[in-house]
Amino acid sequence: MSKLEHNMSLTGDVPKSLGLSQKLAAVLGIAGLFILVLASFNTNFPNKTLWLTISLSAIAIGILWYSYTIYAGKIEGIKNDQVWFRSITNRGVPAWIIGIVLTGFYIVLYFYPKYLGLTSEGDNTGLISFFDPLSKLLSGNPASQWFVYGTLYTVAILAFGVKFLWKYRHNNYEKLRTFSVMFFQLGFAFLIPEFMSRLNSETFSLPYYDLKSIWPLNYYNFEQYRVDQFISAGGIGMAMLIFGVLSIFVITPILTYKYGKRWYCSWVCGCGGLAETAGDSFRHLSDKKQSAWKIERWVVHSVVVFVVLMTTAVIFSYLGDDSKDYWLNRDVFLIGVALLLTTVFALVMIFKRNEFKKDARYGAIGYISIILALIGFYYLSEGSHIFLFEAEKLRVFYGFLIGSIFSGVIGTGFYPIFGNRVWCRFGCPMAAILGFQQRLFSKFRITTNGGQCISCGNCSTYCEMGIDVRAYAQKGENIVRSSCVGCGICSAVCPRGVLKLENDSMDGRINPNEILLGNDVDLMDLLNKK
Amino acid sequence: MEHIVIIGNGVAGITTARHIRKLSDKKITIISAETEFFFSRTALMYVYMGHMKWDNLKPYEDWFWKKNRLELKTGYVSRVNPEANELEFDSGEKMSYDKLIIASGSISNKFGWPGQDLKGVQGLYSKQDLDLLEENAPDNKVCKRAVIVGGGLIGIEMAEMLRTRDIPVTFLVRESSFWNAVLPPGESDLINRHIREHHIDLRLNANLKEILADENGRARAVVLAESGEEIECSLVVLTPGVSPNIKFLEGSGIEIGRGVKVNRNLETNFKNIYAIGDCAEQHEAIGNRKSIEAVWYTSRMMGEVVAQTICDNPMKYNPGNWFNSAKFLDIEYQTYGWVFPEPGDGEAHFYWEHKNGKKCITINYEKASRKFLGINNFGIRMRHEIFDRWLNEEKSVDHVIENLREANFDPEFFDRYEEEIRNSFKYTPEHKI
Repeated sequence: MSKLEHNMSLTGDVPKSLGLSQKLAAVLGIAGLFILVLASFNTNFPNKTLWLTISLSAIAIGILWYSYTIYAGKIEGIKNDQVWFRSITNRGVPAWIIGIVLTGFYIVLYFYPKYLGLTSEGDNTGLISFFDPLSKLLSGNPASQWFVYGTLYTVAILAFGVKFLWKYRHNNYEKLRTFSVMFFQLGFAFLIPEFMSRLNSETFSLPYYDLKSIWPLNYYNFEQYRVDQFISAGGIGMAMLIFGVLSIFVITPILTYKYGKRWYCSWVCGCGGLAETAGDSFRHLSDKKQSAWKIERWVVHSVVVFVVLMTTAVIFSYLGDDSKDYWLNRDVFLIGVALLLTTVFALVMIFKRNEFKKDARYGAIGYISIILALIGFYYLSEGSHIFLFEAEKLRVFYGFLIGSIFSGVIGTGFYPIFGNRVWCRFGCPMAAILGFQQRLFSKFRITTNGGQCISCGNCSTYCEMGIDVRAYAQKGENIVRSSCVGCGICSAVCPRGVLKLENDSMDGRINPNEILLGNDVDLMDLLNKK
Repeated sequence: MEHIVIIGNGVAGITTARHIRKLSDKKITIISAETEFFFSRTALMYVYMGHMKWDNLKPYEDWFWKKNRLELKTGYVSRVNPEANELEFDSGEKMSYDKLIIASGSISNKFGWPGQDLKGVQGLYSKQDLDLLEENAPDNKVCKRAVIVGGGLIGIEMAEMLRTRDIPVTFLVRESSFWNAVLPPGESDLINRHIREHHIDLRLNANLKEILADENGRARAVVLAESGEEIECSLVVLTPGVSPNIKFLEGSGIEIGRGVKVNRNLETNFKNIYAIGDCAEQHEAIGNRKSIEAVWYTSRMMGEVVAQTICDNPMKYNPGNWFNSAKFLDIEYQTYGWVFPEPGDGEAHFYWEHKNGKKCITINYEKASRKFLGINNFGIRMRHEIFDRWLNEEKSVDHVIENLREANFDPEFFDRYEEEIRNSFKYTPEHKI
């Protein structure tokens, strides 16, 4: 339609060329990053504390200043002008460059941390050691590559969070939600685990635990070494272990019933937090085709099956055989897992089969494959081996394929190409489990406002999860979809006030219509009888 | 198999086709000279603004049509021959039909201004207009200033669009205040202020006298009727409303007035020919509605109804309570029921405006019976379902004021104004019982 603008705008709403202050802001931010690059090459900074402070401040201030020049002085409202004309937000060359650099960073971080300065014997060097002053300040320990990553991740959520707050300063839902993800990232994901490790001593050791990171997103939470650590840490350790179990089996279902999965995905979760802040400029790049939806459902639910089996196998492998040692032995555990899954499956089939409809077949396939695998575990395992391989291998494979490649390299590295929620949509088992509940057993929905939809498509375009919101809205039908993370942007960008995120009664939540409100009352009665 | 032919692939024609397909197995052909696939006309502006790509405007994916056996025909119908049940395209090709639905939409009005056909003068209605705009006003170097003529919904949309490319805009409005033939004075004034806040040069009481050409036959300036002032510009946008697109029906024997004349069953004077949407004209207007309704919602509703009639369930077009919506730059507008610029005989308006000057409502009611008649709301979203019910149940204005919270449709955590509105209503003497 129009020629692409080759500039650096992340927002789409800037003057045609960069103004002086925008250039300075960009230079400042890049200078901050450049210091980190220099550190990676083992440049010897005389005063690490000072230079680390300068670097991180420059990055943060650069982002804030740039955002300020864009939104300050603008009238409150939707700021999507020129989004599709900018090369950076429309998969142009700069988008690919950013995608490749981010992807490269993830590959180095996960698979070649030695290039960040990780040293197996002796002190770390390079970029990792550059972060030592901050790490020592917080936890008392030298930095690891994960500390470096965590710090940059937090800086990104905070700085781009402020940008998002400016952009949506007219929208209290968006503001509160963004404060929330900023708070949980800074507090729960970053500071608390660091402070907790201060408590560790020769005799007492807690595992690194981001309390808001819930299994199965936190797929390694119930591994032997962590469970051992929890148990040996006494009361507080046991409390954390129990909290981890309650998180997924009690807290999550209650909150999801009341508020939908948004309470987690767009208010608490770190992956969601980064997607909603740093990734906001790329939300429109998600694929809305029906074919993408089909792929999404197969892939994400396969990951759920995979993570359930993997975790079961890992726990199974370290449990004892004998009930005399400890009540939770292999048999009890396997039967427990099978019972739990059977209960969930049976309840859904009994109470929700009308809503489940065609999808029941897929649910049954998933359920039966897990049960068969569990039976396989029982008969075909020996020592730490399950079937013919070690459970730990399964864990390592999951960690590599899902934990690293999918969530990091593809999920975040390709923000500027596939959109900001690729991981959440196609890969996250937590999102899939919450979504399953949201679809069938939750008060949450996006209400459509009678007959007011004009089919413009803003809602679908800006849905980061690739939901064709318009397809529902133009039929006057509420949006009840398992993938919806409740970001609220569809409602924000709607020019006619058609969409509202709500928690309300489960009755009439799904309301397919033939004829929309506003037409002949008799006709509506005739065709909309339920 | 019965062959249903629909002229026009806008919301009226497409809604009809979808509903006929749901109800029957008839052969359906949809003809358009504008685009191959259905798109949302109301969203054309967002393509120019860069909010959406062309593909985002299409409510159905391209495979949808084949899957549902809806045949799409690209071509311009130049003649209809009702006696022979036959259409003729401008290519000379012919097509026969059993039932014909005319849903040909509108064309932009032009009022015979000198220079109205110059290069650099255009309206905004079709995909072709959008393409032309991209040529005429790609940026503020090619288009140094644009003048918009006509103070309606398309005019203000054009102003918003052009401002996203930093093109200076002069907005000529014939009336003394923006859209005040529809909006009460307080609302209209609120929008005037918002237009100016967006650095749009709004000229009220301003009529176009003529458009001046440069040596290449391009518009270079406009002259105002009142002051004779000449305003230099590179683009003139004419948006003084639309009229039915029915020229191709002249001489066909199908009865036309301003639009295609239809009865309440949306039938023309030929039993097997129907007209719906923007191009249809009711013999007699329904209630307070206009006899030609060029609105997205009514087009869709006529499509829903006519599909029933065609599938052997004859049905009158009998729309429910009036509703509409728009967005003026950053301010959303919705209306339910009837609110006119001035209260009618025995009616009163209650007007509330928020102190930030960007939110307001007007409630229209009958003074004697206190029956609630309608509401306009700006910057606050309201629930269609609730107001539709209140109108059907003929609730009183007092009931509406007391229960306004129930009707609110703003996102969660938004500031609420029900109490302020209620107090304002209670303490205004003229609204007391």
